[in-house]
Amino acid sequence: MYNQENCRFAKTHEWAFVEGDVAVVGISDHAQEEISDIVFVDLPKVGRTVKVGENCCVIESVKSASEIYAPVSGEIVAVNEALAADPALVNREPHAGGWLLKIKMTHPEDFNALLDFEGYKATLQK
Amino acid sequence: MQEILIKNELSIEKSRPGRRGVRYAKAQKKASDYLPAGYLRQENPRLPELSEFDTVRHFTRLSQQNYCLDGQFYPLGSCTMKYNPKAYDTLSVLEPFAKAHPFAPESAVQGTLEILYNLQELLKKITGLAAFTLQPAAGAHGELTGILTARAYHDAHNGANRTEVIVPDTAHGTNPATANMAGYTVVNIKSAPNGCVDKEALKAALTDKTAVVMLTVPNTVGLFETDIREIAEMVHKVGALLYMDGANFNALIGLAKPADFGVDIMHLNLHKTFGAPHGGGGPGSGPVGAAEHVAPYLPQPLVTFENGHYTLAQRPESMGKMKAFYGNIAVCIRGYCYLRQFDATTLKEIAENAILNANYVRARLKGKFNAFFDRNCMHECVLTIDPHSMNGVHTSDIAKRLLDYGFYAPTIYFPLIVPEAIMVEPTETESKEMLDAFISAMERIYEEVCTDAQVVKEAPHTQPVRRIDEVSAARQPNLRW
Repeated sequence: MYNQENCRFAKTHEWAFVEGDVAVVGISDHAQEEISDIVFVDLPKVGRTVKVGENCCVIESVKSASEIYAPVSGEIVAVNEALAADPALVNREPHAGGWLLKIKMTHPEDFNALLDFEGYKATLQK
Repeated sequence: MQEILIKNELSIEKSRPGRRGVRYAKAQKKASDYLPAGYLRQENPRLPELSEFDTVRHFTRLSQQNYCLDGQFYPLGSCTMKYNPKAYDTLSVLEPFAKAHPFAPESAVQGTLEILYNLQELLKKITGLAAFTLQPAAGAHGELTGILTARAYHDAHNGANRTEVIVPDTAHGTNPATANMAGYTVVNIKSAPNGCVDKEALKAALTDKTAVVMLTVPNTVGLFETDIREIAEMVHKVGALLYMDGANFNALIGLAKPADFGVDIMHLNLHKTFGAPHGGGGPGSGPVGAAEHVAPYLPQPLVTFENGHYTLAQRPESMGKMKAFYGNIAVCIRGYCYLRQFDATTLKEIAENAILNANYVRARLKGKFNAFFDRNCMHECVLTIDPHSMNGVHTSDIAKRLLDYGFYAPTIYFPLIVPEAIMVEPTETESKEMLDAFISAMERIYEEVCTDAQVVKEAPHTQPVRRIDEVSAARQPNLRW
């Protein structure tokens, strides 16, 4: 749905896909693999405003809790309710059903500052 | 190996209808004679029906399966699982202590107050700080006490606008939780490549909004903050306070005084370093000490000695009270025994041997299991592995395989900044023979990784329960039988 090629990425492994002025946010395939079997996703409240780089979500696996940082600034307008019953969705479909939240952007230029897929891949090889 | 035919069942699985321990005479009245109908159960509770002998065997068997420090080596990093002299157990529950009424007048408990006062004095002596409270019931409770004390200090010094607490990523995990719980915004800073605080990052984070910087010394990668004096100066320059998490004080006791580093507030764990058991689910004790300028804001009461009389003194500027009565007295008495049993020279040797033992393990395992930071460590060494060069074996597999060799697994996957972390804290109370046995087990496991990785990946093989499906357990927890 939100193909890797069409998404922009933060160095901290979140992706964003823009639909109008709303950014759909998730974590990269690489990130879900590193985190391994996800057992719980602590999603933020809808209506909260976040700044780029702010911790907005926590993903727990059996071995760690990982903080997820907002790739763009704005208001959280939706969270993926399906993850409450099936957190493994993030492992299975990080770029589709496993999206985390939607942010209505206040600074659309944030999106342009993110890396494209090729640029993100290059950071992983270092 | 011989097959064991007795099943490892839950008590409810062992239950047989009608089986009883004690048979009571039939009750004259029913519950409904006493209770209104709305409070009566509709069905009988589902309790196991067992004979007394079944019950004794069930719990004895469980207790024998329980791994404990008194039975074997327990290298759980960051936990200081060391031997605690048994005499303290007897002394700490002597009748005058154990049976004192919490509301007894001071004149009736002068002995207990004297011990608490002397313990405060001894803790002051080994840390160089000006005052100590013994109220906090554990380490994290001590942290919260310390941070609330700092807030009381700032409130009294026009510092109410200070809303941030800086915590490096080498701090104990409880530090950011504490700052958050105390109402502060947590500012995380990354450590430098040498495992210590990145001074540039600290400099950038320090502002007039900074209330406290929380440092764990030695930090969770087992390293001493070599530039702590300079760090303290930077912190003080912006009017903030330096908090030291002293949970790892076993590496410093008798060697260094935190007051000399410029520490303003710190906590100690009596149940780690000072002769009280750790890891039994409590009780613990996390005394908090403060330098002269912060001391008035510590919790009240503190034990004072005036005119030949020990008193629980109220303090006008205090941040308040952190616990009912005066802390976990029995744990405090153990801490007092510890500091009376060992003189200054011996305390120094304790720290030195804790450091020596950790470095011995680190150096002997080098080449097979390498330290994440390749330098001398303090009380614990943090090892790392790369599963790609270990036939796909992960740290969790090694930890489970260690159980087969009769050892408790070290702390794993912590600290978070070390990938596949294995954190070993041997403590000073282990002999060289025990350390050698542990090292041999680790070497054997390394051989297995190279020749037969599957045996490691499927471990444990000899435990009452084989590998647990942790993912399913976390995703679909079945909390009732």
